[in-house]
Amino acid sequence: MTTFDLGSVQLGSTMPRALAPGKDISDRIFHGSARTVGFFVLVITGAIGVFLCYQAVPTLRHYGLHFFTQTRWEPQLGKIGIAAVLVGTVEVALVAMAVGFPLAIGFALFITEYAPKQIKSWLVSLIDLMAAVPSIIYGLWGFFLLQPRAIEISRWFSQHLGWIPIFHVDTNPNAAVWQQSAYTSSAFIAGLAVSMMTIPLACAVMRAVFDQAPIGEREAAMALGGTRFSVIRTVVLPFAKGGVIGGTMLALGRALGETAAVLVIISPEYLIKARILEAGTQTVSALIAGNFGDASKSQISALLAAGFVLFLITLLVNTVAATVIRRSRSGASTEI
Amino acid sequence: MTTTQTLDQDRARPPATGGARASGPARPTAAVGPRKIRRTPAFGVDDWLSLGGAVVAAYALVEVGYNHIFDFSGLFGFGICWYLVFLAVYAGVVAAAHPRTMVVERLVSATLYLVAAAVMFALGTTVVYIFTQGYHAYIHIGFFTHDMAGVSPTAPLTQGGILHAIIGTVIEVGIAVVVSVPLGIGTAVYMTEVGGRGSQLVRTVVESMTALPEILAGLFVYAMLIVGLGMPKSGLAVSIAMAVTMVPIIARAGEVALRVVPGGLREAASALGSNHWRTVVKVVLPSARAGLATATILAVARGVGETAIPLITSGASSFKTLNPVGEPMNSLPLFIYTAYTTHEPAAITRGFGAASVLLAMVLALFVVIRLLVRHRGVQR
Repeated sequence: MTTFDLGSVQLGSTMPRALAPGKDISDRIFHGSARTVGFFVLVITGAIGVFLCYQAVPTLRHYGLHFFTQTRWEPQLGKIGIAAVLVGTVEVALVAMAVGFPLAIGFALFITEYAPKQIKSWLVSLIDLMAAVPSIIYGLWGFFLLQPRAIEISRWFSQHLGWIPIFHVDTNPNAAVWQQSAYTSSAFIAGLAVSMMTIPLACAVMRAVFDQAPIGEREAAMALGGTRFSVIRTVVLPFAKGGVIGGTMLALGRALGETAAVLVIISPEYLIKARILEAGTQTVSALIAGNFGDASKSQISALLAAGFVLFLITLLVNTVAATVIRRSRSGASTEI
Repeated sequence: MTTTQTLDQDRARPPATGGARASGPARPTAAVGPRKIRRTPAFGVDDWLSLGGAVVAAYALVEVGYNHIFDFSGLFGFGICWYLVFLAVYAGVVAAAHPRTMVVERLVSATLYLVAAAVMFALGTTVVYIFTQGYHAYIHIGFFTHDMAGVSPTAPLTQGGILHAIIGTVIEVGIAVVVSVPLGIGTAVYMTEVGGRGSQLVRTVVESMTALPEILAGLFVYAMLIVGLGMPKSGLAVSIAMAVTMVPIIARAGEVALRVVPGGLREAASALGSNHWRTVVKVVLPSARAGLATATILAVARGVGETAIPLITSGASSFKTLNPVGEPMNSLPLFIYTAYTTHEPAAITRGFGAASVLLAMVLALFVVIRLLVRHRGVQR
């Protein structure tokens, strides 16, 4: 189009003009293919659910509700149930959260509020690095380095707080030569190793949200004579409530599904028990990974059913987390 | 910190009425003479002294009380008691010179520094421990140039190596990257640039898939491809499962990278007559290049270390293979896990050697990310 065309528009014309929504053919292809890719990813997630569900049906039909109430996992005897395994999964995840949550929120606050400016970006990279260290490495660390030291902690708890059921261990903690094997391979130690993976995940989300706390309100709190902690209490934490909850739930989702580290540390035991310091527990993912090798066709279906339950739980937790985080987010794009 | 000159001035003047909030000796506000840049330390000498004093005092108290009076034992309990007593002593010391808000501030900051130190200590011990334990394996050149074909797990460390596992990991991750980068970046573009009704749903699903347990991705591929379609256990199966976990990571980090591209750049491109497709390809994606690369590397770092996936879908070969289709393939995480399950000292050391290589790979990826972030000033 040249400028001469403009001259041909009659001056004084008040007739409305048709505006073409400028979508040429290449844009249509572009939008269409981007949408296709986006929905393809949706379909994959759906496919995971559908396939696990489809494969789990024979087991669920055969065992019915007993699948959820039976504690034993003895396919040879026809006894298959995930009651104890689910309890173990939740226990390991809760230990990981109990240890990881204070550390994650503390480290995130340290990075945004307390750390010197120069090292801040290094600390952010450190968190990313911590998240990327393979879980099998945390498993080795947990088994060989942490466990011999962590059983001292277990013993201390059972010595002094043994009257609380969860800290009780069925052995004499005060014996001169104490039975160390009663404390190893427990849900507690597995939870400690898993917390190494949940800390960076939760911390990264929390840090990002803390950083978005409005600078004006921070300065206002400072100008009113506040300390760094009062800024955190009155500005940062109220602003970032959604991010803290969402980050914690994302970490919980990760903790529920963690495989390699748990598999290395725990010794399998199919028993519903609250004694987290005592040797032996089992989680869904470790159950799947541990029993896959020598499973028959029907046992594989049982494992897939267990996987389907884990899928539903983590999907629920993660979706709630994602929704909570998104609600707390501001600004769709950055302007110049 | 303070020069002798300002100290002299301090003595010459009557003490300023700084109030309880001023920390350190009160200084004259407008000194006569040549102007100097004054430093106003938030944490002065006396603050350091009260902190150090509280640490030492708490140690001494616990040392006496813990073992001798209360008959506790164990290093962990000692640490807990030391920390609690320290908080009490420190609160007392700070309260002597400062108001209550300042006491709370000091206690919180002491706690946060301790938390940061604890997290960094845990990560530091992990890295150092793996590298020191693997030392006896990876000092042998053969460790990198041989595979484990015909070598028993109990064989001395001079025999055998992890070449097959390194090659397997590289091939598997390579295929996974080729599959997941277009899908991940395409999804990110859909979420930020195209949008529309479905984009919220896709975003929610992508975010919840970021934390999808790897074992479920492995199970999915196992159920669909290996059981369902009769595909053999192979490197390709691992790659597909790995891609399933990597796509959401790339999409999510990529979305953040695309979102920080200034909206003005898009508008400028439109104003110059560019259509949407050319705007995205010529303006948006190049501006977010470093961020997208970082997203990819984050995903690779995650994919490299996935253990449960190869455990289910690849089968472990002990020999070198370049064929990802049709035959079993080993990889570093799988090698580490199988070495651990043998409970043989030599095999475990070899496992630590492989873990060192794996960790070195992850560290190298992070050095690359740091360089990208520094040169491009990417916000993440």
